[in-house]
This record gives sequence, structure tokens and C-alpha cells, in this order.
Amino acid sequence: MGLRIYALVLRHLYLYRRSVTRIGDIFFWPVMNLLVWGFVTDYLQRMALPQTVVFLIGGMIFWDLLYRSQQAITLSLSEEIWVRNIMNVFIAPVSILEIMIATCIVGVLKALAVMVVLGVLAYGLYAFNVLAMGWALVPFFSILLLFGWAVGMFTTGLALRFGHAAEALIWGIPFLIQPFSAVFYPVEVLPRWLQTVAYLMPSTYVFEGMRTVLQAGRLDLEILAIAVGMNGLYLIGGAAFFGWMLHRVREKGLLSRLYLE
Amino acid sequence: MADEWVIEVDGLTKRFGNVTAVEDLSFSIRRGEVFGLLGPNGAGKTTTIQLMLGLTTPTAGTIRVFGLDLQRHRRAILRRVNLAATYVSLPTNLTVWENLNVFARLYGIRKPRAKIEELMELLDLAHLAWRVTGTLSSGQITRLNLCKALLNDPEVLFLDEPTASLDPEVAARVRDILRQIQQTRGITMVFTSHNMREVELMCDRVLFLARGRAVAQGTPAEIQIRARARSLEDAFIVIARDGRLHDVAEVTEAD
Repeated sequence: MGLRIYALVLRHLYLYRRSVTRIGDIFFWPVMNLLVWGFVTDYLQRMALPQTVVFLIGGMIFWDLLYRSQQAITLSLSEEIWVRNIMNVFIAPVSILEIMIATCIVGVLKALAVMVVLGVLAYGLYAFNVLAMGWALVPFFSILLLFGWAVGMFTTGLALRFGHAAEALIWGIPFLIQPFSAVFYPVEVLPRWLQTVAYLMPSTYVFEGMRTVLQAGRLDLEILAIAVGMNGLYLIGGAAFFGWMLHRVREKGLLSRLYLE
Repeated sequence: MADEWVIEVDGLTKRFGNVTAVEDLSFSIRRGEVFGLLGPNGAGKTTTIQLMLGLTTPTAGTIRVFGLDLQRHRRAILRRVNLAATYVSLPTNLTVWENLNVFARLYGIRKPRAKIEELMELLDLAHLAWRVTGTLSSGQITRLNLCKALLNDPEVLFLDEPTASLDPEVAARVRDILRQIQQTRGITMVFTSHNMREVELMCDRVLFLARGRAVAQGTPAEIQIRARARSLEDAFIVIARDGRLHDVAEVTEAD
């Protein structure tokens, strides 16, 4: 099992080793976001709203972690569809679990790389120290990563079932989550009914928790536990949806035609 | 001998909504045999291959490979089979070596380097090891796909139109390689092609499909005789036109 997972990870490492544009793509949007939000917050700081700076930059960095995590899962399998390699993978004696573990490993590697680059840039350009959150970083990082995987399994299921036609959804679905996750503002800003929706997302607890840590230096373990529990449910739901889509693909004989869809 | 049959297909049916792609198909393939699946476009050849690889689930019927039920033992079976097809590609942005290395590990090859070197030598790819796959010619890509398909020393090799889109010279080279591999390793091959001359050269037995149904089965020579055709290609045309096997003379008269 380990060897097959290694092979699948290796396939993606080879891809990135060779392509400067792909490596650039990992970092380009996060860095651009950081620059835009960084300068906006710099301006707000000068307007005497200093706390806003750390909230916005922190929100931006953590949001990108969630987004990259979802993308890593989805793009790994979509890539195989686009280059017509999906059948080669599915006729190899590899299980779906092994494919998923491999894509998660690739996702962790990419997320870590992005976090390090953004952390260094945020510190250098805006004196924002992501490590100031201390050990709280670990659960925040893990919850966002896992939620990204859950969403990623859902969008991967769509990619597998609908091929190219689902591309817009692959990119767009994370942005359906963003307004309700209270990334750049506290949940209390949202209308009451949307607050209920917001608290159904594990990511909301992380962004709320981040603001509490940065403001009061305190980590609320209870809300972390809720987020972890929810993540468990979302992961089970994401995996079930992916399994169902794969079943439909096999039923419809779509594997050899996905790149045409 | 019970283990003489490596593939046993019984009553295989596949429906996609209202469309019946494969209907009540039954056939068996012997160990070491080159078995041709023939028929016009849309006859159900590729669907049948995908069903035999477990990529598509059947509506009805059973498939046994190496005496094992495909539905229950798919992964165990996949370790012992492989596929090369024109509609499947290896990632074009990886080098030849990288692609083969990934798949050698996916198949759990014990000494991947030695195996890859042996196969690259056999398929005349050694000098292309560090070339990016996307820069290879059609013939080279076909050989690379074959190389990948041989990594796990398959007992059954599915070849879906392996020489399509190749020029005659390169196609002849690929056929030579396939024959050499088949003879030296005794691999069972399931072969589809629209080139009837190629089928005559390659296949021990063929199964003609038309509209998802088995129309005729036998050696290429037997099929030709039954169709009273001058060639296998004429027999193919008769079946493609009428969806069944009957006299060429009858067809000529009707024309």
C-alpha cells in the first residue's frame, strides 16, 4: 500500500519538479492576495484601525490554506482526466483510499509550502507574525486542511462524474463557502439566519478562533472540538459523495470518455 | 483443462439507459491466445474491454478472469493484466523514465529500474529515457504505452487499436514487437483493430460484434469461409452493413 501511495505522490512531484509555471501557480495567487490585502490593511492601519491589519492578513493566509487544500485534492485527479491518464490509474491495482491518501499528502506538502512563503512575506512586508498564534496554529491548520479535503472530495466527485464540464465548479465552490466562513469579518456582522449557516462550517470556528487568539491571546478549546466533530461529518459526507459519483461513472462507462465531457 | 481458459464471459449485457451497448455476450479466451474483438464503430468492442477490466459495471452477466470473479477480485486480477489503448495516454509533461517509474511502483515491481531498462531496451526506448513524453512521435508514444503495459509482466494484455494513427511502417514494427512478446512470453492478448490485414496477421481467433451482439466467432480463415468472402475485410463489410453474417454473393446481388 505504501509503495503505491508513494508512486502516486511521486507522479505529482515529478510534475512540479519539471514545470516552473506549475510551481509558480502554487504561489502566484496567494502572494498576489497577500499583497492586495496587505496594502489595504496597511492603509486601514494608518487610518488608526491597527487590529484590523492582523485580522485581515491572518484571514487571508488561513483562507488560502483552505482553498489550496481543496484544490490539491481536486486537481490531482482532474489532472489525470485532462491528460487522459485516468484509465491507466484505474486499471492499476490501486484502491480509491490509496489514491485519496496520496492526493492528501500532495495537498499537505503544497499547503505547507504556501504557508511558509506567505508567513515569511507577511512578516517581511507587514510585520505580521503568523507564529504569534503559537500552538493554536496547529489545530487551525489541521481543521482547515481537513475541511479543504472534505470539500475537495465533493468537487473531485463532480470532476469525475462531469469531466471538463465541472471545471467551473471545481474553482467556484470554495468561494461559496467564503462569505459564510467569516474569513475577513466576525460572524456577528452577518444577518442572524446566515450566522446559523456560518456555524455549520468548521472553517468559521477557525477564523473566529484566530481573531480571539490574536486579540485576547486565548484559544477556545470548545469551539475547536465542535469544528473537529463537524470535520468528521463533512469528511464522511465528502467520501460518500465521491464513492457515489465513482459508482455512477462505472455504471455509465464514462472513464474512457471523461476528457471529452 | 479448466485453467486453460483465462477469460470466461457469460451472458454479459450492458445497457446505458435505453441503449444496449452489449447484449448477452458469451465467449472464452484460452491462455496464450491472441483473441480479436472485431466490429464496426459502436459495435461494443471498447465497452466489452472496459467491462473485462472492471472499469464499467455490467447490467447482467458474469466475467471470470483466471477463474476469479471480476466483481469480487478486481484488484487481484488487475495485478496480472494490463492495457494499451489509443484513447489512453501517459502524462505528457513527465519524461519517459518518470512515467515508467511511477507505474512500475504502482504495480509493485520489485526491481523497477532493472525492469524499466529491460523493457526500454526491448521496445527501443532507451535513448528516449529522459525525453519529455509530450515531445515523442506517435510511434514512440505507442511503444511507451506498450512498455507501461508490460511492466507487470501481464498474463493478459488488452490492446485496443494499438496501431491506430500509426503509419504503415511503424505499425508493422509495433506488430513485430507484439508478436515477439507474445511468442516469447506466452501472453494472452485481447486485440481490437479496424485493420483486417493486421487481424489476420495477429489473431488466432476472432469474435465479430455488431450492435452489441456476437455475430460470428472462429479463426479469421473460418470467418472468411463462412462469409464466402475473398478476405476478412469483405466479411467485415458484410457484417457492418447487415449486422449479421451471410453470403457475400447475396449482398452483391442485392446491391
